[in-house]
Amino acid sequence: MKKIRFWSGDIAAAEGAIAAGCRFFAGYPITPASDIAEHMALRLPQENGIFIQMEDELASMAAILGASWGGAKVMTATSGPGFSLMQENIGLGAITETPCVVADVQRAGPSTGMPTLVGQGDVMQSRWGSHGDYETIVISPSSPQESFDLIIRAFNLAELYRVPVIFLMDECVAHMSERVVVPPKEKIEVVERLKPSMPPEQYMPFKPLNNIAPMAIAGMGYKIHVTGLTHNEKGYPQTTSTEVQEWMIRHICDKIRKNERKIRDIEEYEMDDAEIAVVSFGIAGRSAKAAVKIARKHGIKAGLIRLKTIWPFPEEYFENAADNIKKFIVAEINYGQVKLEVERSIHGKASVELLPKFGGAVHTPMEIYNKIKEAKNGN
Amino acid sequence: MNYWVEKKEKQIHANVFIIKDRCKECGFCIEFCPQGVLKVSEEFNSKGYHPPKLVETETKKCIGCGFCSMICPDFAIFVEKEEENEKN
Amino acid sequence: MEIEAEANPMDKYLRADRIPHIWCPGCGLGIVLNAFLHAIDELKIDMDELAIVSGIGCTGRIAGYINCDSYHTTHGRAIPFATGLRLANPEMKVVVISGDGDLFAIGGNHFIHAARRNIDITVIGVNNYNYGMTGGQLGPTTPLGARTTTSPYGNVEHPFNLCHVAHASGAVYVARWTVLHAVRLKNSIKEAMNKNGFSFIEVIAACPTTYGRRNKMPTGLDEMKYYREHSIIRHGIDPSQANIEIGKDIIVGKFIDIEKPTYSDAFEELKKRVKK
Repeated sequence: MKKIRFWSGDIAAAEGAIAAGCRFFAGYPITPASDIAEHMALRLPQENGIFIQMEDELASMAAILGASWGGAKVMTATSGPGFSLMQENIGLGAITETPCVVADVQRAGPSTGMPTLVGQGDVMQSRWGSHGDYETIVISPSSPQESFDLIIRAFNLAELYRVPVIFLMDECVAHMSERVVVPPKEKIEVVERLKPSMPPEQYMPFKPLNNIAPMAIAGMGYKIHVTGLTHNEKGYPQTTSTEVQEWMIRHICDKIRKNERKIRDIEEYEMDDAEIAVVSFGIAGRSAKAAVKIARKHGIKAGLIRLKTIWPFPEEYFENAADNIKKFIVAEINYGQVKLEVERSIHGKASVELLPKFGGAVHTPMEIYNKIKEAKNGN
Repeated sequence: MNYWVEKKEKQIHANVFIIKDRCKECGFCIEFCPQGVLKVSEEFNSKGYHPPKLVETETKKCIGCGFCSMICPDFAIFVEKEEENEKN
Repeated sequence: MEIEAEANPMDKYLRADRIPHIWCPGCGLGIVLNAFLHAIDELKIDMDELAIVSGIGCTGRIAGYINCDSYHTTHGRAIPFATGLRLANPEMKVVVISGDGDLFAIGGNHFIHAARRNIDITVIGVNNYNYGMTGGQLGPTTPLGARTTTSPYGNVEHPFNLCHVAHASGAVYVARWTVLHAVRLKNSIKEAMNKNGFSFIEVIAACPTTYGRRNKMPTGLDEMKYYREHSIIRHGIDPSQANIEIGKDIIVGKFIDIEKPTYSDAFEELKKRVKK
C-alpha cells in the first residue's frame, strides 16, 4: 500500500536511497546536506545497513567506493565545499567504473559562500569537477517527491552504467517539506548489480559485455585488480600505452554518451506550440513553471523545458526543439552554466538568453514572466 | 615413541635454488647469509646482473634457514631442506 | 647443492603476469612483499578472502602484484577506501600496504581517524624516509638534517615518529621493524592480521635510488648494513621513546598489543539494540 509522508527533500532523498537498496552511507556534516546524513544514521542501522561519519569528504568519497567494491549500494551527501573535495575520488569512481551516488545539495558559492542559502552553481562542476576525460550522470530534483523518486533512478543508473551518479539537489528542495507519496515496495523498480558468473580465468573485469563489464565484488574469488591508473580490460595498469588510454576513455565516456536518450529525463510543459521556451531545473524550475502559466494566461506561447537529467546534456533534444523555438530563456541560480550548454546544442538556430540569480534567492515567477514578456515583445 | 633413544644430532643440509634471471644483484643474500655460503658469480643474467652462487668449498654448509629467501626483494632465491642421517 | 630454478614457491601468491616488479635494485619493498607473502602462507589465508588496498607511490604498487582482490586507490585514500570495503564486506581480511608519504602526509588524517575508530584492518606502512616515485622529495618521516631533492640543504622539519602517532591515535597493535628483520617482520604481520582491530606495522625500508644516494648510503646494502649495526630490539617500549634520528640507533620491536572493541563490533551491537 502506498504511504503519504510529509518530508523535506533531504529526508525524501535518504528514504529514496534506502528504498533503492542503499545500505552504506559515509559522509561528513555540511549545511544544507547534513539532514541526509542524520537521517541515514537513524535509519540505516534499522535496515541492516552501515552508517559511518568520516573525517572529511575526501574520506567519505573513498569509503563509499571501497564499500561499493565490497558489494554494497552506496551513497554520500555533501554541499559545494565538500563536493570540491570529493572530486578526487569521483575521478577514481569514474575510471574504476564504480557504482555510487553522490548527493550534492547546492548552496551559493564559491568557497564557503552562503551556507544556508540556495545556489545552482555546481552544474559544470558536477560534470567536469574531476580532472581528465570522463562522464557522469547528473540528476536534479525539483521537489521532495522527486528527491524520493529520482534518487531511486540515480541508484539504478549507477548500477546500469557502473558510474558515479551525482544527485544535484539545491538548498530549497532539500529544506522544504512537502507531501511525498511513497509507493509500495513492490512497485519500486530496483536495478541490481550485474555480477560475473563465468569462471575466473575467462573473466575480464573491465571488458564490456554490451555496455558495461559485470562487476566482481570483493570475495567472489575473481581476484581482480582495480586501479586508478590507465588500465586494460584485465584491470592491469598500462601507463604508457596510448592505445589503451584511448580505448579506456572512449569506453568510460561512450557508455554514457551513446545512451543519452535512454538516460534523458525532461519535463515538458506547454511545449506543443511554444515559441518561447524557459529552460530550468531544480527549485528554479518551479518558478519557471509558474511563470509559463502566467504567460499562457496572457496569451503568450511560452513553454517550459525542465531538466531532470542535466548530464549527459540532451544536445540532440535541444537541437530539435530549436526548430520551433524562437527564444530560449535559461533561468538558473548561477551566472550562466546550463545556458552555455543550450547555446552550444542549438547551433545558432534560436537566440538564448540567461536569466541569472546569483545565489541566496530563487527567481520569482514574475521575474521570469517579465523576461518572457520582453522576449515576446522582441527585446 | 622413541624419545628414550639417544639421538645423534641431525646433520641438516639444504639445497639452494636460484632463479638467476630475477636477480638484481642487491647483494643481500650474500651479505646476510649466516653461514656465508653465497658469493657473486661471474656470469651475467638476462638483465645484466651477476646472480649469486654457492661458494664451491661450502656446498654442504647451507643449513636451510631460509634467510636468503626472506630478504630477497626479487623472489630469486629459496632453499629446501634435505635431512640426512635421520635414522642413524 | 645449488639448483637453477624457474619459479619460487611464493609465486603462487603473485600475479605471475605482472612480475618482475618495478622496484629498483636494493629497494626494500620486495622484502616487505616477500615477508607479507610468507606471513599469509603460514597463516594459510584463503586468498579469496583477502583484499589488499594501497595508495599511490612505489609502495602503492604492492597491491597489483598480489593475487587477490586488490585495490590501488588515490593518493592518501587507501585507509578510507579500506574502511568502506571492510565495513561493507566483513568476510574480507583487509590489509592496507602503503608508503610513509601516502599514509602520513596526504593521508595522515585518515590514518589517525581509522586508528581512533578501531577499524578492523591491518596497515603496513613502509617508511623509506622520502617520496621515492616522484624522485626523492622530503616526506613526513624524513629525518632532521637529511638531504632530499626538496631539502637540498638538509631537512629542517621534525619528522613523525609513526609508531607514536599510531599509538596516540588508538591502534591496538603497533610494531616497527626494518626490512633486515624480515623474519620478525613476517611474524609481526601474522600477529597483526590475527588482531581484532586497527593494527599497524612500520617497516623501515631502504630506498637507495632516491634517498640513500643523497645520504651517504648509495646502495641498498649500505642501508641494510646500517640496520644491522644500528637497530635495537625493545619490545614493549613506549613508542614516544622510539624517535628516529640520523646517527642514532633505530629502536624496533613490538611496542603495543592491546584489546578493545572494533567499530564493527560496536556497530553490530548498536544494530541489535536498534532492532529490538
